[in-house]
Amino acid sequence: MKMKAKTKYDSNEVRAAYVFLIPSLIGMVIFSALPLIVSGLISLTDWNGLDSLLDPGFMSQHFIGLKNFKDILTGKEFWKVLHNTLEFIVLYIPLMLCLSLLVAFLLSRPKKGVGAFRVMFYIPVLTSWVAASLIWKSVLSPEYGAINNILKMVGIQGPDWLLSEKWAMPAIVLVSVWKDMGFFGLILLSGIMAIDKSYYEAASIDGAGPLAKFFKITLPLLTPSIFYVLIVSLINSFQLFPQIMIMTDGGPNGVTQVMVERIYKYGFNYYKMGYASAFSWLLFVIIMVCTFIQMKGQNRWVNYDA
Amino acid sequence: MTHKKNLGTLFYYLFSILLAIVAMIPFLWMISTSLKSRGALMSIPIEWIPKEPSLVAYAKVFGKFHFFRTIGNSLLISVSYTLITLLSASMAAFAFAKMRFPFGNGIFKVYLATMMIPTQVTMIPLFVIMNKMGLINTYSSVILPSIFRPFAIFLLVQQIKTIPNGFIEAARIDGANLFQIYRKVLLPLCAPALATLAVTTFMESWNDYLWPLLMLTDSAKTTLPIALSTLNGQYATEYNVLMAGSLISMIPIIITYICAQKYFKNGLMDGGIKA
Amino acid sequence: MMKKGKLASVASLLLCASTVLAGCGSAGASSNSGNGDEVTITYCNFNASGGHEKTLEKMYEAFHKENPNIKVKIETIAYDDYFTQMQTRVAGGKAPDCYELNIENFAEYANKNQLAEIKGSDLSALNDTARDAFKVNGKQYGLPESFSNVVLIYNKDLFDQAKVEYPNENWTQDDVQKAAEAIRKLGDNIYGIYQPITYNEFFKVAAQHGGSLLNKDKTKFTINSKENLEAAQQLVDRVQKSNVQPTEAQMGGMKDWDLFMSGRLGMIPTGIWAFQTFAENCKFNWDIVVEPGAKKKATHFFSNACVINPKSKNQEAATKWITWLTTSDKSAEIRLKDGWDLPAIKNEDALKSYLEQKNPENRKAVFDSLDYLVIPPVIEDYSMMSDILDEKLKAAASGSKTVKEALDEAQEECEQKVKIK
Repeated sequence: MKMKAKTKYDSNEVRAAYVFLIPSLIGMVIFSALPLIVSGLISLTDWNGLDSLLDPGFMSQHFIGLKNFKDILTGKEFWKVLHNTLEFIVLYIPLMLCLSLLVAFLLSRPKKGVGAFRVMFYIPVLTSWVAASLIWKSVLSPEYGAINNILKMVGIQGPDWLLSEKWAMPAIVLVSVWKDMGFFGLILLSGIMAIDKSYYEAASIDGAGPLAKFFKITLPLLTPSIFYVLIVSLINSFQLFPQIMIMTDGGPNGVTQVMVERIYKYGFNYYKMGYASAFSWLLFVIIMVCTFIQMKGQNRWVNYDA
Repeated sequence: MTHKKNLGTLFYYLFSILLAIVAMIPFLWMISTSLKSRGALMSIPIEWIPKEPSLVAYAKVFGKFHFFRTIGNSLLISVSYTLITLLSASMAAFAFAKMRFPFGNGIFKVYLATMMIPTQVTMIPLFVIMNKMGLINTYSSVILPSIFRPFAIFLLVQQIKTIPNGFIEAARIDGANLFQIYRKVLLPLCAPALATLAVTTFMESWNDYLWPLLMLTDSAKTTLPIALSTLNGQYATEYNVLMAGSLISMIPIIITYICAQKYFKNGLMDGGIKA
Repeated sequence: MMKKGKLASVASLLLCASTVLAGCGSAGASSNSGNGDEVTITYCNFNASGGHEKTLEKMYEAFHKENPNIKVKIETIAYDDYFTQMQTRVAGGKAPDCYELNIENFAEYANKNQLAEIKGSDLSALNDTARDAFKVNGKQYGLPESFSNVVLIYNKDLFDQAKVEYPNENWTQDDVQKAAEAIRKLGDNIYGIYQPITYNEFFKVAAQHGGSLLNKDKTKFTINSKENLEAAQQLVDRVQKSNVQPTEAQMGGMKDWDLFMSGRLGMIPTGIWAFQTFAENCKFNWDIVVEPGAKKKATHFFSNACVINPKSKNQEAATKWITWLTTSDKSAEIRLKDGWDLPAIKNEDALKSYLEQKNPENRKAVFDSLDYLVIPPVIEDYSMMSDILDEKLKAAASGSKTVKEALDEAQEECEQKVKIK
C-alpha cells in the first residue's frame, strides 16, 4: 500500500488475488460503475426523468452541455445547502466519535450485565429510520414531547427543536448520533477485541488502571477502526437523507435542506433529473476530495500491524 | 485499591445505565404507542403508559396480508443477501489487505469511490440495466447487488490489516495455499467484524424498501416493509399500526443480533494462535 | 454548434454502449397479448392502499364478468413512494398499461407528453368539472376515478358550549373568525379552527378574496397581489394574532385530524375522506357545511385520474377498463357501498345511497360545494411552485417572516425558477 517499488509479483498470488476479486469486480461494474457513467451523461442533459432513456435520439434531443453545472454553481441554493451539510458534519462527527468510543469502551469491560447493555445500546441501530424519525418527532415536540417535559422538571425551558431555525439542525444531529453510536461503537468494539491481550497483561504488571490502558494501548491500536469510522461517517453525513425527509422535510425555512434532499426533490418531485444528476456529481466530487485528503493524512496517525 | 476499583465500577454502571436509558426511551415509546387505541393516541396530557392497552394495532397488522408468505420472502432475500455479502466482501478484502498484485491499489480506490455515489440518481439507470438483463420481478434482482458492497469490503480491509503478517506466513510455511489460509486463518480471526457486518447487512436488506418495491412487482414476491407500507392510506397514517408493524419487523433483526453476540467475544486471542 | 453536436453524438454512443454492455434486448412495455382475444393488462394504483384493496378487487370481478376477455393485474402501492416508483418505471420503459395519478403529478406527466389521449369512450356520465380538470389543450388525458372536495367540518358540542350558532352555507371568513374566537375562550387547550397554512389552502382562500396565483392569460405570477396578501394575512393572523388556530408548537406534533377527534377543535376545513375516520372516532356531535367564502365562494376539489401509457400495446383494453372503472354505475355502486371516495359521476340516483347515510347529517353540502370549485393551476413546474409557496407560507405562519416578505420572496423565487410552460 505504501511504496510502489518495482518489485516482482508472485504469479500465484496475483492469480489468487484476481480470483478473490472477481465477484465484487463484476458487481462493481454492473451495479455501480455503469449507472454512475450513465448518470454522468444525464447530468449533461435537460432530461425530465420521464422520457424513456432508451429512445434512440435521447442524447441529441436533450443534450445541453455543462449548463446544469453552471446554473448550480452560480445560483445561491447550492452554497446554502453545502453550508447546511457542513454544519451537520461539524456537529455530528466529533459527538458521534466520542460517544461511540464510550460505547465501545463500556462494552469491552468484563463486567456483569455487559451482554444486556450490548443489546440495549444497539436497539437504535436496529430500528428503521422511518419508525425512529417519527418517534423522535414526537419526543422532540416542544410542548408535549418527552425531552422538553424532562427539561421542565429541572427548570429549563427547552427550545422548539425541529420547529426552530436555530435548533432544527442540532436536533437532527442528536437523533443521528443516537441512531449511529451503537453501530460505530460496535465496529470499534470489534477492533478492541482484536487487540493482542499480551499488551494489557504487560501494562497490568506495570500497574496501569483501565483508563490508562485505554488511552495508552487501546486508542493507538484502534486507529484503523477509528479511521474507518471517520471515513464512513463523513460519507454518510454528506448523504444524510431519510431522517431529514421525515422529521423536517428541509424546513423550517430551508435550514435543514441538505445535498441529497435537494437531489431527491429535483429528480423526483420537480422532474429535473438532468439537474439532479449534475448536483449529485458535484456532491460525488466533494466527498471524493474530502475522503482522499483523509486517506493521505492517514499515514501520520493510523497504526496498522501491531 | 479496592476502594478505587469500586469507584470505577460505580462510574461504569452510571454511564452504562444512562446511555442505555437514552438508547431505549424511543424504543419504549414505540411499544407504548403500538399498544394504544386510536382514541388514546391524542389524549392530553400524553399517556406514557397506555391506560387501556389494546392489541388492535397488532390485529390489524396480522389481518392485513399473507403474513407467512411475506415473512418468508423477506427471510429468503435477507439471508441470501447477507451470506453473499459476507463471502464476496471477505474475499475481496483479503486480496486487498494481504496480497500484492498489479492495479491493487487503483482498484481499491475505485471501490472506495463508489461508496460516495448518491444512489438517488443512479436508481433509474440501474433499473434500466436490470430490465435489460431480464431480472425484474425476480428475487435475484434484489439479492444480486450484494456481490458488491464497498462499505463491507472497506470495513474488512481495515480489520484484516491489523492481523499480523506472521500468522499468514506461518500458515504458508505449513504448506497451506491462499484459499486454505482464507478459510482456516482469516475467517476465524475476523469473526467479530464478520458478525458485526452480518447484523448490519441483514438489517439493511431486511428494511430495504425502495429497491424491492421497484423490482418485485408481483405481490406474491413482496417483502415485509412493502406490505407494511400499504397499511398507510393517502390521507391518514395510524401511528399505532405503524409502530406495531415496525416492532414486528424488528424481531428477526434482534434475533440475528443476539445470535451474532457470541462471535463478538471471539477475538484474535481466543483463536489460540500466538504470534 | 458543430462542437456541441459532436459531443452529443459521442455521449450518445457511450450511453448506447453502456446499455449494450448490460445485455441486449429490445425496449417495450409489458405484457404480451396472449392466445386468442384474451388480453392481460396491468393497472397500478395507490388509492386502494390503506384499506380498500378488496373493494378494488370486487370492482375488477364485476368488470371481468362483463368483459371476460380482459384480465387486469392490479398492483396497489402505498402512496408515499408511489410516484418515485412510477417515475422510475416510466423512464425505464416498463410502465404499466394504465395507472393512477393525483392531480399534481397528472400536470407534470401530461405536460411532458407521457400520457395517451383517451379516445372513443363515452364520458357523458362524468361530472363536467372533474372531467375537464384532466384536459390539456382540449384533449382528454385522464379520467377522474374518484372525487373528493373540501367542506367545513365543525364540532357541534363546542358550538353549543360557546353558545354560537352553527355555521350555514352563507357564512364568510369573518363569521368563522367570530365563532372561532368564542370557542377559543372555552379553554387553554381548545382552539377555534385549524386551516393549514399551505399552498393548497392559500390558493383557495386567495380565490375567495378575488385573487389568484397567475394573471388572466396564465403567463405571469401574481403571488404578491393585494388580494393574495389579504388572504394570507387573514390565515396568518388566526395563528399569530388571535391564536384561534394553534401554532405548530401548540400542535405538538399532533396531526390536525387528531386534534379535531380529540374534541378540542371547533372547525376544520378538510376533505370528505375524513368522514369515515371521524364517524368511527369522534365521541361528540359533528356536522358539515359548505366552506365559507370572503368576497365570493371558492371550494376545493381533489381528484385522482386514471391514465393510459402511450407505449402500451393494449391501449384499447386499458381504455375499456378505466372507462368502466370511472363511469359505470356498477363500479360507483361498489365504491359507495364500501365507503370509499366518491365516484366522479353525475347520475344522482347512483349517488342516492351516499346522501341517505347519516353522520354527517348534511351530506347535501358535499354536492352543493361543487358549484364553487376552483381548480389548481395546472402548470409545468407544479410541484416546485407549491413547495416554494409552502416554505414561505410556513415561515409567515411561524412569525419568522411577515406575510408581505413571504409573498414577495415567493413571487421572486417563482419568477426565477418555475416554468409555467
